[in-house]
Amino acid sequence: MTAAQAVRTVVTGIGLCAPNGLGPTAYWKNTLRGQSGIGKITRFDTSKYWSKIGGEVPGFEPAEHLQSRLLPQTDHMTRLALVATDWALWGAGLRSTDVPEYDMAVVTAATAGGYEFGQRELQKLWAEGPDFVSAYQSFAWFYAVNTGQISIRHGMRGPGAVLVTEQCGGIDAIGHARRQLRKGVRMALTGGIDSSMCPWAWVAHQVSGGLSHSNQPERAYLPFDNDASGYITGEGGAIMVLETAESAAARYPVRVYGEIAGYASTFDSKVEGREPGLKRCAELALADAGLTPKDIDVVFADAAGQRDLDKAEAEAIVGLFGPFGVPVTAPKTMTGRLFAGGASLDVAAALLSVWDGVIPPTINVNNPSKEYELDLVLDQPRHQRVRAALVLSRGRGGYNSAMVVCEYNR
Amino acid sequence: MASLSWDRIRKGPLAMSTNQLTIEDLKKIMRECAGEDDSISLEGDILDTPFMDLGYDSLALLETAALIKRQYGVTVSDEDLHGIDTPRAFLEKVNSVLV
Repeated sequence: MTAAQAVRTVVTGIGLCAPNGLGPTAYWKNTLRGQSGIGKITRFDTSKYWSKIGGEVPGFEPAEHLQSRLLPQTDHMTRLALVATDWALWGAGLRSTDVPEYDMAVVTAATAGGYEFGQRELQKLWAEGPDFVSAYQSFAWFYAVNTGQISIRHGMRGPGAVLVTEQCGGIDAIGHARRQLRKGVRMALTGGIDSSMCPWAWVAHQVSGGLSHSNQPERAYLPFDNDASGYITGEGGAIMVLETAESAAARYPVRVYGEIAGYASTFDSKVEGREPGLKRCAELALADAGLTPKDIDVVFADAAGQRDLDKAEAEAIVGLFGPFGVPVTAPKTMTGRLFAGGASLDVAAALLSVWDGVIPPTINVNNPSKEYELDLVLDQPRHQRVRAALVLSRGRGGYNSAMVVCEYNR
Repeated sequence: MASLSWDRIRKGPLAMSTNQLTIEDLKKIMRECAGEDDSISLEGDILDTPFMDLGYDSLALLETAALIKRQYGVTVSDEDLHGIDTPRAFLEKVNSVLV
């Protein structure tokens, strides 16, 4: 083990915005109850679109949380990210002034950027002319904007980075933040929050090929089910405070949700007949954590909700753990797939699982496919000790990422 | 150079005094396009307070200039903005065209 690998990294603050709960407390309570956040889209008129449901973050009033200065220059997803960041810092008991400015990194992931903001300004460009386009369009639409805004708001001048790896972004960002901590930075704000709920984005979602054609919230997104017919999209994600175990110990007493023990990413080969890279990715993450499959108490699945992808994921899980060898869950059945926000929300859920000793359920899957041989945690939470959890994600185009989070023992 | 747009000229003769941009007009525009910093007030005499001290960066000024162009028809170019660092300088630039 190199000196850098010996640097242990722990999560001490979690901020999140999810369709089934604004903030970690509401999210976790609702998730354990199997409370879905998927419903009819209210943000815009869906009458001209065949897809009419999704997961919107409820009850978010930006002016309640952010100074007016920030409102003209931010897209909805940046506002969610800034508020989640505030909650993460508050939960960690940290003020950004507590840490030297160059010792704080910001690493986020994004898939769509500020889509809604971008649509509005493009409409102004076409309808009224260039003079009517906001100067803030220059960055508000951009994938990197959340890293920039978080960094400016809190004076965090250490390494800043953005990862765009589709649905894997939420894990890849945390993996990269851990890399920065190993290079000597003391703490990082990391994760991902995405929102693309506007007509322009909806056109893209509809032609993407994976969206479910069902508009019944409880029947549209059924991963590992015989009736799987695609996924539902949503908005939100999680931002967390990742710090070195040394930094957390120096601030004792501080709540440590768990340790980011292992991380890996692989890419699928385009060559026909080659095995997808997900299983190898999980193996690499386990090896990175110094654990074996028997050490893992739960798998948070990518849960694509498409028959072929579900089958491939089930094969990877069974290949590693054996038939019915490990509890598998997909709380994203309550939120929809959140793009870059999805994997970071799953990592947050895995950490809360470890902290709380309970596995959140998968909902709506009434007809799980027996051929997958998975021990799905259905409808009810499973109360048990969770020493280590494996989180899986796959992104369009061949991305695979896996993260192992575990109990932190000093 | 600040200049008048054709739109503004087409709208008819300019009245001398009523079209002058006041500090209160400018404050309203600044609030509208860039919000207000919770810790910094725009109230009181801010004529000679640098925009940076008021929490308005170069982009906020670009946005302010764009709104003035839409509402008053006066173009303040990016080059003009470089030399403007206080509300007084901004008003003088705009009003020199409006006179």
